[in-house]
Amino acid sequence: MAKLIIRRLLLGLVTMWVVSLMVFGTTEVLPGDVATAVLGQSATPEALKAIREELGLDRPALIRYIEWLGDLATGDLGKSLATGRQVTELINERLGKTLILATMTAALAVPLAIFLGLISAVFPGSFIDRGISTGTLALVSVPEFFIASLLVLIFAVILNWLPAISYITADQSLLKMLRNLTLPILTLTASIMAHMTRMTRTAVLNVTSSSYIEMAILKGVPRLQIVLRHALLNALSPIFNVVALNMAYLISGVVIVETVFAYPGIAKLMVDAVSTRDIPLVQACAMLFCGTYVGLNLLADLFSILSNPRLRIPK
Amino acid sequence: MNEPGVTTRNEPRPNRADDEFDTEPLAITGPRRLELGTSAWVGIGILLLWLFVAFFGPALSPYDQGEMISYDSFSPMGETLLLGGDFIGRDVFSRLLFGARMTMGLALIATVLAFLGGIILGFTAAAAGEWVDQILSRINDAIMAFPSIMLALIVIASLGTSTSVLILTVCLIEATPVFRLARALGMDISVMDYVEVARARGESVWWIIRREIFPNTLAPLAAEFGLRYTYSILFISALSFLGLGVQPPQADWGAMVRENLMGLTYGSLAPLIPAAAIGSLTISINLIVDAFLALSNRDISEEMI
Repeated sequence: MAKLIIRRLLLGLVTMWVVSLMVFGTTEVLPGDVATAVLGQSATPEALKAIREELGLDRPALIRYIEWLGDLATGDLGKSLATGRQVTELINERLGKTLILATMTAALAVPLAIFLGLISAVFPGSFIDRGISTGTLALVSVPEFFIASLLVLIFAVILNWLPAISYITADQSLLKMLRNLTLPILTLTASIMAHMTRMTRTAVLNVTSSSYIEMAILKGVPRLQIVLRHALLNALSPIFNVVALNMAYLISGVVIVETVFAYPGIAKLMVDAVSTRDIPLVQACAMLFCGTYVGLNLLADLFSILSNPRLRIPK
Repeated sequence: MNEPGVTTRNEPRPNRADDEFDTEPLAITGPRRLELGTSAWVGIGILLLWLFVAFFGPALSPYDQGEMISYDSFSPMGETLLLGGDFIGRDVFSRLLFGARMTMGLALIATVLAFLGGIILGFTAAAAGEWVDQILSRINDAIMAFPSIMLALIVIASLGTSTSVLILTVCLIEATPVFRLARALGMDISVMDYVEVARARGESVWWIIRREIFPNTLAPLAAEFGLRYTYSILFISALSFLGLGVQPPQADWGAMVRENLMGLTYGSLAPLIPAAAIGSLTISINLIVDAFLALSNRDISEEMI
C-alpha cells in the first residue's frame, strides 16, 4: 500500500508540474504576451520592445519559466500589473474570505446531500426518491447565476430579509457576517449538492445488492437499520470520493457566486485580473486554484486506497 | 426516474448483417423501439420551442436587439415592452429572441467541433497503436488536470475576449471528455474479432474507424452529445456572465444576466428572464439525455461533472 500511496503522491507532483508548465506556457508564450497586455493592442513596436526588456521578456522562455517556478516555490509571486502591488499581499487579503465561504458551504452541503441520498436509498422508487431525483437533476442543469438571482429576488427583494450584495469586512459582527454569507452559501450548496446526493444514493444501493445485505434482510433487520449499519459504512469510500471531487467542483461555483454577490474573495480577484489582463495575478490565482483542485483529487484517491482492504494488501 | 425507459417489442429482426455484428445491438439503433417517459417528452417539447425561437426569433422580434425603446432603465412589463426594458431601455423580449440564436448557436458550433476533434483523435488513439495513444492520452490528461473554468480564464487572459477565442476555449475543454469516451469505446471495439479480421485483411486505420468503430459507438456518443451541448451552453453563459464571453452590444443570455443584474435590487425581472431561459433549455436537454442514459443504467449527474 505504501508503494501505491507514494506513486499517487508522485503523480500529484507531476500533475502540478504539468499544470505550472501550461499556466506559464499559455500566459507567456501565446501571441498576446504580457507586454501587449500592459500597453494594449495599439502600442508602438518601440514601446513594446522597451517594456519587454524592462520585464525581461526578451530572454528565452525556458529560462523565464525556471525563474518563475523558483519564485513561485519561494513565495515571490511578483507585482500586479494593474495596481503595482505585491501579488502575495492581494491574495492574502482575499484568501481567507473565500475559505470561509467554501468551508461553510461544505459544512451545510455535505451532511444535507448525504442525508437526502440516504433517504432516497432507503425508499428507492418512492415518491420522495423521485422528487429528490427530479430536483437534483434540475439543480445540476441550471446555471449558478439563475439560482443566485432567484434567491436574491425572493430573500433580498421580496422578503427583504437578507442583503443582495455580500460585502464583508473584518470589523463586522458574526451575525452580520452570517447574514451576508447566507445567500452565497445557499447558492453554492444548491450547485454542488445534486451530484453528491445522487452518488450517495447510487453507492448505498450498490452495496444493498450484495449478499450480506440479503442475509440481513432475511434475518428481519429493519430497512433503515440495514442502510445505516451495514450499507453506509461500506459505501463511505465512494461517498467520500464524491465529496472531495465536489469540493473541487466548488471552484467553478465560487467564481460565479463571488461575481453575483460582489463578494471580495479570491475568485473575484482572478476574474477582475483576467478582464484587465493582469498576467502575474492571473498566474498566481490559477496556480492556487489548480493546486487546490489537484490536492483534493489526490485526497479523494488516497482515501479510496486507504479504505479499500483489497488495495491495502499488496498482491 | 426509474420508469422503464425501453421495451422490446416482439418484432421480427430485420435480416441485417447479423453475421457481421456479433455484439448486442446498441440501445438506440437496431430494431428496438424507444418508449420515452413523460419527462423526456416535456424535454423534447421545450427544446423544440427554443429551436424554433433560435431559427425564427430575430424575424419575429418586435424590435432590433440594440434599439433603445424607453428612456427609463428597467421599465415594467407592458404592451410596448412585453417583458420589460433592460438597463438602458432596450426590449428584453427582443433581446431574448436574438440571444437564443447566439447562445444556442455558439454552443452548438463549439460542441460539434469538440466532437469532431475528440472522436477523431479518440478513435485514432484506439486504432493507431501504443505510441500515438500514449502521446494523445497524456496531452488529454494534462488538459483535464485543470478545473475547466481555470483553463478558460487563463486562455482568455492571454488571448483576450473574442467570439473565436470563446469557441476555441469551450471546444478545447469539451473535447477532452469526448476523447476519453471515444477512446474507451474504440478500445472495446478494436479488440473485437471483426476488427481483427479487418486489420488482418490489411484495411487502413481510417477505414477501420469509419466502417467498424464508428457505427458501433453511435448510441453512447449520441447521449454524450446531449450532455456536452448542455455543458457548452452553461459554460458559454457563465463566461458571458463574467464579462469574458460574448461582448456587448450583442445579445447573449449570459451577458444579458450580467448587464441587468443591478436591476434585481429594484425588483426588475430583466436578469432573471434570460437566466430562466438558459435553465429551461438545459433542463429540457438533460431530461431527454436522462431518458437515454437510463437505457444503459448511467446516471446523468455522474456524467455532468
